[in-house]
Amino acid sequence: MELRVDGKRAFATTGGRTHQPGRRAVVLVHGAGMDRTVWVLQTRYFAHHGRNVLAVDLPGHGRSEGPSLASVGDMADWLSRLMDAADIETASVVGHSMGSLVALDLCARFPERVDAAALLSTAVPMPVGEGLLSAAKANDRDAIDMIVAWGHGRNAHLGGHKAPGLWMTGGAERLLEKADDDVLYTDLGACDGYRDGLEAASRVRCPVLLVLGREDRMTPPRAAQELADAIPSSRTVVLDACGHMPMIERPDRVLDVLGEVIRGGPGPA
Amino acid sequence: MAKPGFPRFDTLSLHAGQHPDPATGSRAVPVYQTTSYVFQDVDHAASLFNLERAGHIYSRISNPTTAVLEERIASLEGGVGAVCAASGQAALHLAIATILDAGHHIVSSGSIYGGSHNLFTHTLPRFGIETTFVDPRDPRAFRDAIRPETRLLFGETLGNPGLEILDIPAVADVAHEAGLPLLVDSTFATPYLFRPLEWGADLVTHSATKFLGGHGVAIGGVVVDGGTFDWEASGRFPTLTEPYAGYHGLDFVEEFGPQAYVMRARSEGLRDFGACMSPANAFHIIQGVETLPLRMARHVDNTRRVVAFLDEHEAVAWVGYPELPSHPDHELAKARFPKGCGAVFSFGIGGGREAGRKFIEAVGLFSHLANVGDAKSLVIHPATTTHQQMDADALEAAGISEDLIRLSVGLEDPQDLIDDLDRGLRASRR
Ligand SMILES: Cc1ncc(COP(=O)(O)O)c(C=O)c1O
Repeated sequence: MELRVDGKRAFATTGGRTHQPGRRAVVLVHGAGMDRTVWVLQTRYFAHHGRNVLAVDLPGHGRSEGPSLASVGDMADWLSRLMDAADIETASVVGHSMGSLVALDLCARFPERVDAAALLSTAVPMPVGEGLLSAAKANDRDAIDMIVAWGHGRNAHLGGHKAPGLWMTGGAERLLEKADDDVLYTDLGACDGYRDGLEAASRVRCPVLLVLGREDRMTPPRAAQELADAIPSSRTVVLDACGHMPMIERPDRVLDVLGEVIRGGPGPA
Repeated sequence: MAKPGFPRFDTLSLHAGQHPDPATGSRAVPVYQTTSYVFQDVDHAASLFNLERAGHIYSRISNPTTAVLEERIASLEGGVGAVCAASGQAALHLAIATILDAGHHIVSSGSIYGGSHNLFTHTLPRFGIETTFVDPRDPRAFRDAIRPETRLLFGETLGNPGLEILDIPAVADVAHEAGLPLLVDSTFATPYLFRPLEWGADLVTHSATKFLGGHGVAIGGVVVDGGTFDWEASGRFPTLTEPYAGYHGLDFVEEFGPQAYVMRARSEGLRDFGACMSPANAFHIIQGVETLPLRMARHVDNTRRVVAFLDEHEAVAWVGYPELPSHPDHELAKARFPKGCGAVFSFGIGGGREAGRKFIEAVGLFSHLANVGDAKSLVIHPATTTHQQMDADALEAAGISEDLIRLSVGLEDPQDLIDDLDRGLRASRR
């Protein structure tokens, strides 16, 4: 679905279904340097299970016009305006990595607009290593290799994609290569610079699910502990044999646990 | 490839796509000899059919054994995914049918496997797809042959049988400037010797029947999606960028991004054309891929020794191997094929066709048959067999002369191969 936010083209996929009035909405937010397509299975599942889905391309990503936004707060504000443009009053929000921070910040800034949240591969704070930041700043391809190498669990490095014939790390490389210059650096800077996460967490009013990969080397489970403690109502699920890309490494488990917070059926009037 | 933090080629050859079987602990890839897979419940079934959950439904579309081979080849080629097919020809057809319609046009190298030449010349035209053949050594000829309705450029990494080296970066540039993808048949090279995607090709096919399997026991093919081509920017590929009524309006690029092509190839091409690989064949080919690096290195060693022997032999008119300075692509070979130019090549026998007949009938270790890439050495006379349906002009354009004999050098002791060839060459002069 093509929308306009702040006078610019903004894109979100609806999982092949047009939105229908009276249905609860789900908004999915990708991580640094990526786009809506990381959520393909979750998008399609919820769209065909009674929800109005928006898997968004943040500004400067996928099909959404740039430039990309420099802070998590700006992204959360933008997301609220995207929901306005799509006529969505309240939604369940699912975010991955950088997108989990955007989801968290949206919950804190607009508590009345989020009925549930799921934060995948999250950590607060989310510091980014100097080597990765400087490679991203130079638009050096090593930055992509580092993210893909660290971003997948040991199993994923040898494959075993649930979708027959897909090669996980190859798909991640191509996705990151598609981003324009500087997008990855801006995103990583936004993660690194997000300082208000624990304070934001204390303002969250909705139930929150944290989904973490036991083998995640970018946001290891222990790095999410403080966040989980700071959120008034949270539950944490740690997935075995999973790195930083749970929606791709463990898609079925992710759908199952998301289903616990994202319920179908008619929404509030 | 060989980047820090990633498993390397030899490791991927053995492990990619497989974890010890969760049900039994089986270390070897089990043969999932089954047609179909029990659904957990009605919703699970519906979700699988609608690509909301990933998994196996029916072995025409996917199978766990075959999926291991698909991931393994995708990983070795550096792609985003792969689809196996019943044969190399089925893979080529699938690669084309996924994005071309009646009224479309292909620009192909003229120096390709005879069967592929047949498909382009005689068969695809019945379905409204025309092909123009060009000299693989002339990237400008590819450009000049492109028409408004062209949708694909095609060539072989190493041409069959002349080993013309496709200048993939140059031809890929021509393709990409025109908003078209480049498909490469890399059967003769295998990913061990050359990875076309790293040089600009967008799609790769293999006859897995050959070196990938390596033992001459199973027919199979594979299409690898590089995930690099921007279907959306090109705007000429509605099967990938417009809603598909065959999947409730699914738009593959919108939803699957860089994996759009391989998803469409499976979910339409295998579902509807049905030329799938059997799990038993996938198993056999996996056994081959496990030792691909070892075998290819030995294939090339043996080939180099055989080439050196023939090159010196007085009964031999010429030898066409790119590592020889006399081969037109010698410089490209040095730059791009440091591990060798494969184990299939041809030579000209003094005395022409009749001498060739005597030679083929006199050799013993070299089996006279229509295949390449077996662990056992093979020999054939293409003009009367594999490339027989090509007319004189096409044969000449493809560099296939009457005196041309094609060898596929196997893994026997190289001295025994040389002795056998020597016996054949002596017989050819009697
Ligand atoms: C270069 C090349 N491509 C494709 C094929 C066709 O493969 P298959 O026989 O597996 O259909 C062959 C077979 O000889 C070949 O040599």
